[in-house]
Formats: sequence, structure tokens, C-alpha cells
Amino acid sequence: MANLSFKIIEGTRSAGQSIFAHGFRSFLTTLGIIIGVASVIAVVSVVQGFSASISQQFDGMGTNVINIEPYTPRKARLQGVTAKISYDDFLEIKHQVKGISNVTPTVRVFGPNAVAAYRGQSTSTMVIGTASTYQKLYTVYPDFGRFFNLSDDKSRRRVAVLGPSIINKLDIKGDPIGQHLSVSGEWFKVIGIAEKRGKLFGFDQDDFILLPYSTTRALLGGAEEPNISISLQVDDMNNISQVKQHIKNLLRRNHKLAKDAADDFKIATADQMLDTFNQIIGSTTVVLGGIVGISLLVGGIGIMNIMLVSVTERTREIGIQKALGATRFDILLQFLIEAVFLCLLGGLIGLLLGFGAGSLISVATDLPPAAVPMWAVLLSFGFSAGIGLLFGIIPAAKAANLDPIDALRYE
Amino acid sequence: MSSQKTVIELRDIAKHYMMGSEGFYALNQIDLDIHLNDYIAIVGSSGSGKSTLMNLLGCLDYPSDGEYRLKGTNVATLDENSLADIRNREIGFIFQNFNLLPRASALQNVMQPLVYRGMPLAERKKRALDALTMVGLKDRVGHVPNQLSGGQRQRVAIARALVTKPAILLADEPTGNLDSSTTIEIMALFDQLHRDGQTLIIVTHEQEIADRCRRVITLRDGRLIDDFMNPLSEEQEGANG
Repeated sequence: MANLSFKIIEGTRSAGQSIFAHGFRSFLTTLGIIIGVASVIAVVSVVQGFSASISQQFDGMGTNVINIEPYTPRKARLQGVTAKISYDDFLEIKHQVKGISNVTPTVRVFGPNAVAAYRGQSTSTMVIGTASTYQKLYTVYPDFGRFFNLSDDKSRRRVAVLGPSIINKLDIKGDPIGQHLSVSGEWFKVIGIAEKRGKLFGFDQDDFILLPYSTTRALLGGAEEPNISISLQVDDMNNISQVKQHIKNLLRRNHKLAKDAADDFKIATADQMLDTFNQIIGSTTVVLGGIVGISLLVGGIGIMNIMLVSVTERTREIGIQKALGATRFDILLQFLIEAVFLCLLGGLIGLLLGFGAGSLISVATDLPPAAVPMWAVLLSFGFSAGIGLLFGIIPAAKAANLDPIDALRYE
Repeated sequence: MSSQKTVIELRDIAKHYMMGSEGFYALNQIDLDIHLNDYIAIVGSSGSGKSTLMNLLGCLDYPSDGEYRLKGTNVATLDENSLADIRNREIGFIFQNFNLLPRASALQNVMQPLVYRGMPLAERKKRALDALTMVGLKDRVGHVPNQLSGGQRQRVAIARALVTKPAILLADEPTGNLDSSTTIEIMALFDQLHRDGQTLIIVTHEQEIADRCRRVITLRDGRLIDDFMNPLSEEQEGANG
């Protein structure tokens, strides 16, 4: 086919004429593709924007931070065992593992809905007991007042650092520093307000109260030792795997784990958490993409249906074209191009709508700004064209195979 | 007499159809020579095989048997793509119901056959405008078929048939949908084409039309029963000339 490009140009010209001659019908035909592509782009843009913002947050944490959390293997969970990391574990790690600093215990106290109250107002919030080193690890620096220090921790002072949202929730008027509020019935003095971090996926990152770890221990009493998690900083990035191994050995020994038993804790670096997060985002994207793919498939079937109707409607025209010297290939190409053209047009409209919808969603729900990556654009267009080809081929073949005499006689 | 150069030779052509379990011949034992600048009417009652012969001559259909030579090529053995090419280059079709592309302008309709031979747009346009000028529709090139009268539509169709400079012009009841004054105009146009050297074949059941042609071929029950030179048309031509 030396003149294939000529035929494609001519086919595109005639496809354009035919599509715009039936403007409204063409629009309805391609609506499935428009909606499909619009949803791909909307979803991808929101997820990508979200992902970019998460990555940014992890960057603030530093790649040299290690997180140790209790982890109950599935089998143990079924036996009713819950893994635990104790304060003794914390002390051993702090004193025995070399090359680390800012070893920080954190503990969720008073359950998931601890109640904070101030002058008749009360609210539930997340209460964390931790050490003064917490601010360095998680870059939660106070905007007003100060963070608690070693001495607050040692002398179990009843002091609290508030997330900025607490001030609004409890309607604290005037300078909050130095005022008192109650947390689960115990009184604390506010010594600092943390920097504002904003909302993420509708989750308020500023809704927390930080207390000194030893204070919370004292409040909880000796009844049951709390389950803690430990965060620390590795001084030299090159030693990170050795440090991890050292901690692992130490915890396994402390927990008296048999040689073949699985770890009852998890040691994760910020990088790993970011990886895990990216995996989650990735599989979310794939699942959503699959759903959207199905909608595109349905759109494609709609296109095929209308193209088949269109072929029947234009049977006589096809007969005329054949009488004028059009080959099967000419007719096939003409209808294929029309289907692909229609799908690409739908893809383009869907792309614009999807981006608009994504931007609206992120504005309306406090999500980070929507971002459409190039691959999503190309994928949408490629997929649209593919749908056009796939579902255009049957109508096009039907048209191409029409007998010119029958087609000319068709009423 | 026109030059005896042969454009079409049909030798023992048959077209056989199956209707249920019974077969019948739509055409049988057709031998026919068509010469350059012939002006032929094919007449016969309905069911006589006129349309079948027309479709065969137009390379829209294959004969079941026999040999069809168009400018020396046996087209009965050609594949579909070659037949499409022959239709494009050698045959100009004119139909009773015009068969224009409804959404395309007169100009686009006339340019259409040239698309299939890969001619660039500028040249297509020039040729199509020439053809439309020749049939007297220079002022109507941008109109779509709906905006044209029956006579004008048939002129567009004639321009479209002529634009490829075909070896033969095949007209199937070209005036069947036209009133009598328009019929006279269209027939005058055919006469003009004949004088310009075009080979014309007109399928008709109207005696007036047949009378204008120089050679009349009569079919009955799929057989060629009469083929004679029309003395009336000679007379007329003499009168015109």
C-alpha cells in the first residue's frame, strides 16, 4: 500500500464529515468513552496528587528514621496472642544499640477516643505519650510555647503539647499557653502548640495531644504495661542494615522467640514505609483502572452498536462508493477511521472533563491539587484508539463485505 | 459508421442463479461486441436480463460462464480489487435514482471517484470543476443533492461518471425519475457526449429513449434476440448536424 497515508488522510476527512454531520448522535455514541476516560483521569489525577503530597510528607521525616512496631503474625493472632513491645525493649535498644540517637517511645493512651475537656467543652482526640525527642524525629516543632523536655519527662510533669485543631475544637480563647485542660479526667497544663500541618484525605493531622511518656505511664498505673512503638534515628545511613539486624537480634532474644518463630515486631524505615505506601497507591490505581477499563469496554460496545446501525443506514452509499471504484480495503479503512476518530474525540473530551472533575474534587475535599501524569493521558488516548479499532472492525468488515449490487438496490 | 475499434467483447456469456432448489439463467448465450463511440440502447421487458447484463458490463458482477473482454482484458477472471480498479477507470455509472452521496456537495460527489485512484485534492477539484462546467452546473458546485432539482442531480451524476474519462458510460434508466422536458435535456446531453466520441450504453424501457440511440439491443428471457442499427437516429443526427 504505497498510498496508505493518502487513504488515511482521505478517510479521516470523510470520517470527520460523517461524524459532524450527525453531531448529536456522534456525541451520544461516544458518551461511554467520554465517561470512561473522564473517570480514569479524575481518579488518577486525585490519586497522583495525593501520592505526591504523601511523598513530600515522608521527605520531612528523613530517610534515616527507623520505626519499630509490634506485629502479631496471623497464626498467633488466631491463637489470641498479641505481640508487644515493652518499655524494657525500648531501654535495651536505647542503651545497647550503637550509632543511633533520638530513640523515642510512643504510646497511644486512653484508647482511640480519648476525651479532652476545657471549660464545659469536650472533644475526642488522639492522645500520644512520647519523649522530648519526638519533635526531632517527626519535625513537630511548637509554633507557640515549647515542647516538653527531658526534665518534664523525668519528673512526670502534667504538661501537654496540643495540635492546633484542639484549640478550635475546645474553643480555647486567648493565649492557650499556661491554661489547663483535662484529658480523660486528668489535668494538664498546655505548654506548646504544634505547627499546623493541614488535612490529608479528610484526615485532620492537627488533631492530637502529646504528653510526656513517663507521665502517661504514671497515669496508667502498673496494671498493664502499655504496648509501645519505638522510633529512632540512625546516625550513619551506611550502618542502617547493621542497626536493623542488631535491633532484630535484641528483640528476638528479649521476646524469647524460638529459632524458627516469626518476628513479633516490624522494623521499618521511612523508605520502606514510602515503598509500602506507593504499593498501596499502585494497587489502588490498578483496581480503579480495571473498573474504568470495564466502563470503556462497555463504551466500546456502544460504539460498535451504533457503527453497525450506521453501516446498515449507509448501505446504499457503500454500494455507490463501490460502483465508483472503492475497494473493500477503502471501505474498511473508512469505517475503521470513523470509529477510531469517534473514540479519540471522546477521549479528548473525557480528558478535559476528567481533569476538571479531578480539580473540583481536590478543591472540595481538601485534597492536594490534582495532577495528570503524561502516561495517563497517553494511556487514555491509546486505549480509546484501541477500543475504536477493536469495536470498529466488525462494522467495518460488514461494510467492506457488502455486495455492490445488493447495496445499490438497498432501500 | 463509427470506427470499428472494439471496446467490449462478450462471448457466450451466461449468468445462472439458484432460486431455492431450481436454477435459472438470467442471461444465456450472450455474444456482443461494443465498439468505440457506440450509442447503444438495451431494451427489453422487466425480467429480460437487462439489469443483469448491465451489472456484468459494469464489472459489478461475475458471469457464471463465458468471456468478457474489456479493452482486451478478460475481466471475468479478475479478482475483486482489480474489478474495483476497472470500475474506477473504465466505467462511468449513471443510475435511475441518481445515487449521489447525500451529505456531500456536488463538487465532492464528482471528486469522489478520483479519491480511489489516489489523486491529490487540487487536481481532483480542477477535474471535477471541469466536469461540472461541462454539464452546465458551474454555479451549483457547493450544493448538496437535496438542494438540487432532479435534472440537476442527474447532471451531477453524469459529471461524476465522466470525470474519470471512462471507456464506457453505463446508464440504467437515466431518465426514469425525470419529467419529459428534463428527459429531453438529459438526452441532448447524451447526444452531445456521443458526438464528442464517448461510448454510451443506456438501459431503458422507454421507446423514445431507445429511438435516439444508434444501436438498439433487445433482450428477452435472458437471450439477445435483436441487435440493429437505428435508422431513426441516423435521420435525427443528420437533422441535428
